[in-house]
Amino acid sequence: MASESEPICLHYEVPGNDFTRAGEASADLKARLKALGFPSAAVRRAAIALYEGEINLAIHAHGGHINVSVTPQRIDMLLWDEGPGIADIPLAMSEGYSTAPDEVRSLGFGAGMGLPNMKKYTDEFELTSTVGVGTRIAMAVYVS
Amino acid sequence: MREFFHSVTLDRDKCKGCINCIKRCPTEAIRVRDGKAVISPERCIDCGECIRICPHHAKQPIVDPLSVMDTFEYTIALPAPSLYAQFNNLEDTDIVLSALCDIGFDEVYEVARAAELVSEATRRYLTRPDVQKPVISSACPAVSRLIRVRFPGLVDHVLPFVAPVELAARLAKEEAVRVTGLAPEQIGTIFISPCPAKVTAMRMPLGSDKSWIDAVVAIKDIYPPLLHAMKKAKPRALADSGRIGIGWAESGGEAAGLISTERYLAADGIENVIKVLEDLEDEKLGELEFVELAACAGGCVGGVLTVENPYIAKAKLKRLRRYLPVSRNHLGTTLPSEVLWDQPMEYQPVLELGADATESFARYNEMQKLLDALPGLDCGSCGAPTCQALAEDIVKGEADFEDCVVLMRERMENVLKVLKIDKPGWGLARKGTPAEEEPEEDLPHDD
Ligand SMILES: Nc1ncnc2c1ncn2[C@@H]1O[C@H](COP(=O)(O)OP(=O)(O)OP(=O)(O)O)[C@@H](O)[C@H]1O
Ligand code: SF4
Ligand code: SF4
Ligand SMILES: [Mg+2]
Repeated sequence: MASESEPICLHYEVPGNDFTRAGEASADLKARLKALGFPSAAVRRAAIALYEGEINLAIHAHGGHINVSVTPQRIDMLLWDEGPGIADIPLAMSEGYSTAPDEVRSLGFGAGMGLPNMKKYTDEFELTSTVGVGTRIAMAVYVS
Repeated sequence: MREFFHSVTLDRDKCKGCINCIKRCPTEAIRVRDGKAVISPERCIDCGECIRICPHHAKQPIVDPLSVMDTFEYTIALPAPSLYAQFNNLEDTDIVLSALCDIGFDEVYEVARAAELVSEATRRYLTRPDVQKPVISSACPAVSRLIRVRFPGLVDHVLPFVAPVELAARLAKEEAVRVTGLAPEQIGTIFISPCPAKVTAMRMPLGSDKSWIDAVVAIKDIYPPLLHAMKKAKPRALADSGRIGIGWAESGGEAAGLISTERYLAADGIENVIKVLEDLEDEKLGELEFVELAACAGGCVGGVLTVENPYIAKAKLKRLRRYLPVSRNHLGTTLPSEVLWDQPMEYQPVLELGADATESFARYNEMQKLLDALPGLDCGSCGAPTCQALAEDIVKGEADFEDCVVLMRERMENVLKVLKIDKPGWGLARKGTPAEEEPEEDLPHDD
C-alpha cells in the first residue's frame, strides 16, 4: 500500500540576501516531486508556495531553514528563521502589503503577494512569529 | 504506445565512448554502455545537441538523400524559411525557388506561406476567451517533445496547431492532386529542412496520426547543387511569402508575426528553453500572451542541418526582409481545419522513477542510499551523466553499483593494500620480500 511508504525528508538552508541562489530549494523540491510522479497540480502548488517562502526568508529574515516531508498523500513544508519577526500578522497577510526595500522591488519582488499566495496555494497554512525572535510557517499541500 | 522513432543514429565505428554527448543531453537520454553511446528512445526529444557536440561525428542525423526525388512521379519542394538565410546578398527569394525547380523539383511551395497562415490563425486563437494563457508555440518539435515528457502542467498551453511545414505539405499536395490528376502517393512533398527533429515529426507527428510530408532533405545536402543552380538560374516569379513568413526562420519571428500583442517572450537554445518552461510552470513570468521557444540557438537558422552560422544567417535575413511585403497569405473567414491538431497532446511520464507512488518512493529511498555511497564527482566514467543518474539506473535495474569506476579503483587499491601491493604495476610482493621495506604512507615524504 502506498500509505506505508517511508516519508521522504528534505532539508534546505536558505542564505540571506543572495538572489543568485534564491529559488534553489523550490526548484530542487519540484524536480524530486516530478520524478516521484506526483500530479502536476500538487507539484505546482508546492513549488510556488515554497518559492515564495524561500524568497521571504532571503529578503526579510537574513536567511532561514526549510524542512520538507513528502508522503504519497501530502507535502509538508516547515520554514523558520531567526529574523526580525512580524509585528502585525493580519496586515502582513493582506494582499499588497510589503516592506520590501526599493532595491528588492527593482528585482521584481515586493508586490506583497507572497504570503497571500502561500496561503492560497496550500491546504494548510499556519504562521507564527515573535518580534525579535523569528518567524515560523508550517504549510501543507494535499496530493490528489 | 507507438514505437519510438528518432532522427539520430550512432555510427558505432566512429564512437569512442568519450562521454561528451551524455553530459550535454538535456533529458539525460544517453548512456555509454560497453564503450558506445546508447540513446534511450523514450527520453530523446531530437534536439540535435548530441550531433552538435560529438567531436568524432559519430552521431548522424537521419535524413533522405536528394535522390529521394526519383521515387516520385511529381515532386514538390518545401523550402524552410531558414534556407533563404544561407546565401550571401540575397535580395529576392525567386532565385532560390527557381533554382530548386532547375535541379529537378516540379514545383515549390514555400513553408513561409503556410507560416503566414499559422500566424494569422494564432492571432485569432489568442482572442478566444477559453484558451490557457500563455499559449506556447508548437512549431519546434523538440520543444513540444520536451514539454510532453517533462512539463505535464504546460501541455494544455501548447498551441494545438500543426507546424507550418505540415500545413504546407498538405495544402501543396491537395492542390497538386487536383491539378495533375495523380494519386497522392505519386506526389512527393519534400521538406528542405534545417533540423532532424522534423524528420521525427514526419514519422511520428504530434497532434495527428499521419504526416503529409513524404521526405526530408537536409539544407546542408542540397546546398552545393542548389548554389550551383542559382548561379545559372533565370529567376521566375515564384516567391509568395512576406516578412512574417520568412521571419519564422529566427527566434522571435513567430511572435513578431502576431502583431496583436507585445506581451510575448521568445527564447532560444535548449538550456534557456528549459529555464523558461520551469518558470512558466511556477507562474513566475507574470502576464504573458504568447511564448515562442526554439531548441536551437538563434532559432531554426541554428538547426544542425544548416550551413551558415546562426548569427550570420540572421544578419542575412535582415537584409532580405527589407525588400518584402509584410504578409502575402491570408485565411478566409473560418479557421481551416487543416491547421488544427486532430488529437490532443498527452503527457508521457517517461522521466518518472516508478510506475506508481509505492514503487517511486521505494526507488527514491534506495537511490538516496546509493547516492550516499557514490563519490558525487559526476565524472561520467560509469557511462551515466551524473552520480544521480547512475543511482537511478541502478534502482531501475539498468546498471550496477560496480559501474562506478572511482569506487572500483578505491576497492582495488584496498585489495592491493591488503595483499601488500603498494601500487598496481609493481608486481606481486609478498611478506618478507624487499617491497615490504618500502614506506607504506600514501604521501611521499621529504627525506
Ligand atoms: N520571514 C519573514 N520575516 C520577517 N518579515 C516577513 C517575513 N515574511 C514576510 N514578512 C513581512 O511580510 C510582508 C509581506 O510578505 P509577502 O511575502 O506577502 O510580500 P513581499 O515579500 O513584501 O512581496 P512579494 O512576496 O510579493 O515579492 C513583507 O513585506 C515583510 O514585511
Ligand atoms: S560524443 Fe557520444 S557519440 Fe560522440 S564519440 Fe563521444 S560518446 Fe560517442
Ligand atoms: S529550433 Fe528549429 S531547427 Fe532547432 S530543433 Fe527546433 S525546429 Fe529544429
Ligand atoms: Mg514575499
